[in-house]
Amino acid sequence: MNTRGRLLAWIAGLYGIALAVPAGLGVLLAAGLPEGDSAALMRILEQRTPVLVFGALLLLLAIASAVKWIFGGYVVAAQGLAEQTRLIRSTNAGLRPTARGGQLAGVAAAIAELAEAYRELQQDSESRAAEARSRLEEERNRLAALMSELTQGIMVCNAEGTLLLYNEQARTLFAAADANARQPLVGLGRSLFGLIDRAQIEHAAHRLERSLERGERQPSARLVTVTAAGRLLKVQVAPYLGAEARLAGLVLALEDVTELLGRESQRRSLLQLLAARIRAPVANIRAAAENLAAYPEIEPQRRTQFIDIVSAESNALSVTINDALREYADALKAALRLEDVRVTDLLAYARLRIAGALDVAAELDEVDDELWVRADSYALVQAMVHLAARLREEHGVRKLGLRARPAGRYAEIDLVWSGTIVSGDALTHWELQPMEAGAEQTPLAVRDVLEQHGGEVWYWSEGVGGLRSGGFRFLIPGAERAVAAARVSAFAQSRPEYYDFDLFARGALPAALDEARLAMLSYTVFDTETTGLEPSAGDEIISIGAVRVVNGRLLRNEVFQQLVNPHRALNPESARVHRIDAATLRDQPAIGEVLPAFHHFCEDTVLVAHNAAFDMRFLELKQASGGVRFSQPVLDTLLLSAVAHPSLNEHTLEAIAARLGVSVMGRHTALGDALLTAEILLKLLPLLAERGILSLGQALEASRKCYYARLQY
Amino acid sequence: MAKTVLIVDDEPNIVVSLEFLLRQSGYEVHVAADGEAALRQVQAVAPDLVLLDVMMPEKNGYDVCRRIRARPEWSKIRIVFLSAKGREAEMTKGLSLGADAYVTKPFSNAELVARIGELLQERTSPGGA
Repeated sequence: MNTRGRLLAWIAGLYGIALAVPAGLGVLLAAGLPEGDSAALMRILEQRTPVLVFGALLLLLAIASAVKWIFGGYVVAAQGLAEQTRLIRSTNAGLRPTARGGQLAGVAAAIAELAEAYRELQQDSESRAAEARSRLEEERNRLAALMSELTQGIMVCNAEGTLLLYNEQARTLFAAADANARQPLVGLGRSLFGLIDRAQIEHAAHRLERSLERGERQPSARLVTVTAAGRLLKVQVAPYLGAEARLAGLVLALEDVTELLGRESQRRSLLQLLAARIRAPVANIRAAAENLAAYPEIEPQRRTQFIDIVSAESNALSVTINDALREYADALKAALRLEDVRVTDLLAYARLRIAGALDVAAELDEVDDELWVRADSYALVQAMVHLAARLREEHGVRKLGLRARPAGRYAEIDLVWSGTIVSGDALTHWELQPMEAGAEQTPLAVRDVLEQHGGEVWYWSEGVGGLRSGGFRFLIPGAERAVAAARVSAFAQSRPEYYDFDLFARGALPAALDEARLAMLSYTVFDTETTGLEPSAGDEIISIGAVRVVNGRLLRNEVFQQLVNPHRALNPESARVHRIDAATLRDQPAIGEVLPAFHHFCEDTVLVAHNAAFDMRFLELKQASGGVRFSQPVLDTLLLSAVAHPSLNEHTLEAIAARLGVSVMGRHTALGDALLTAEILLKLLPLLAERGILSLGQALEASRKCYYARLQY
Repeated sequence: MAKTVLIVDDEPNIVVSLEFLLRQSGYEVHVAADGEAALRQVQAVAPDLVLLDVMMPEKNGYDVCRRIRARPEWSKIRIVFLSAKGREAEMTKGLSLGADAYVTKPFSNAELVARIGELLQERTSPGGA
């Protein structure tokens, strides 16, 4: 029976007793009276009926208010105190209970004192636990740091294909070519099979199992896969061993080989083509020439025929070889691989090469140590060596200086010398020659190298007479090193969320989702901001924010955040809440484009929102425009809070947050509210478990009952 | 009687030299410029040996070889591939299709003549044709 029912029952009971006592007394008295007196009494009573009824009503009022006062001040207040006290123990030791009415204020104060003592005790043990945890966290961070330093993408999954670990590189490799495309997502608890074909992975796993059975050490399998964006990935798969050296999961190392394979096949086919094109003409020449040599007394007509063959075929062969070399140069150009290089290292290498190949002394001066360029260091140094070789051979320059400094987006790299005047035309000539440095030759020219880099080179000179000095200035695009570093540090703060080895233990979900344990499920906790409260009256979503909760952890890295162009004017009242202005929304995609992406983000998870009915009404009205359907189970933190604390009335986000000890930040942005809701969900789950609500089915059922209970109020 | 050799190649510049070389070595020489012509010549002159270029338009050397080996009455014909393709896979393919030798271009005239001599010798010596 609920509180209201009990209240009514008490009032009715007490009132019944209060009426029954005088009525019974009256009957007893009347039973002993003589006939005449009894009739007189009845007459008197009849005459006084209004007074009696009034008295009875007065009595009802008195009893009702007394019972309500006692009930509210003691019974309900005691229940509230009990719930708050349980909360203090289980969730929020900082909570100070209040008693409804005030009759139990003394009890509340006593509980508060006890809570204070308890909190001190708890803080003490917590600080010790935190110390131990931070040591563990440090170890984990070291692992995460190692992962992020690798240039390869790394992913680890369990036997079911659920991702337990990934690094940022893996996520980048699978990222879509353009932001609006529906891409498979890399995320903890998400399936590997969304990213790489299931059959390929199973084949690799099967091969690994066979290798393990044969007792091979360090078995690994390789596969090549194509991402949704069309990148070609080479994947090395190694086993993650569980108990008894059985395959418990897979470790995948990913490398983007799109360009590498393209260049490789280009070179291979060129070589084959070359071999095939040269064999036949050489055979013709050789056969003819050997005949000429072997049969000196050959008739003149034949002799002429053989000589013509030799001459025609060798001419054709020269053309073939020249053409092929030109193609080879193109293939070499494509082979240039630009990487971020520190200029100090680049010039140190150049200095060694110049000194080694040419016997020219090269000195390093004025080099900014923090200067980085995007370059193929080998080709760029070859270009410098080529120019140094020309200077030495044609102008006798035997001493060079190397220096570098930043110049806007570029780095200026100078090859300088003094005392010798070089004509400006010389460089124009030299930069078009195939590069040559000592024994090394290549069909590439300095110009080709610079074009590949998006750089330039020119000659400059300064000073007069014997003090003249000059140099070649290379302008090479700088590397975005600072940006890369900043990005890494942003991730560094939240690194631990890139992996969750506890997922190893998580088996497959039961076939009926209803039976799945709440603690094991993956959730998408979301919130929307809207133009107003009435979707049926034309109000629209202007922002969706969502975050994933997997295996009881809030994954702050795996979020969805998108503003939406509502294609209608904003209501000034709601604009005050969300503080989004119309200009910001103008360039955003429409809801029809956003919902498919959001739907994809939510795949295979339970949806959670605070006052979910509101957000779901918007989603359901709009889902058709996006061609999707949100059919997954939905949990509402408002209802779950009411289920966990039936005696407490306040279930706004702020009230729940305060009660459960969740700090409130960044409210009234969709993502901020989604994050807050997610933290509340994580605090509510153990409270629900205490009430015996462990499965999704139980939570949905309890929410349903609670929803109708609240409707009746 | 002189042994008969059929040269099958679409490049006249090699045919001229081969024809001269083999005539000088004492063989009766016939020439075909493509696969179809080659099969017709095989039918007509029943050569002892076919020098077969692999890369020809229309019907290539492999096809011709397969067709010759498909006929039991031609099983004694020696087949030597002459090829500008020198990969091991191609050589293996040629020999698997029933060729007796696979010579890659360019080759030495003297060695080719020696090889042809060996092949035709082998056939006549043990049993005596």
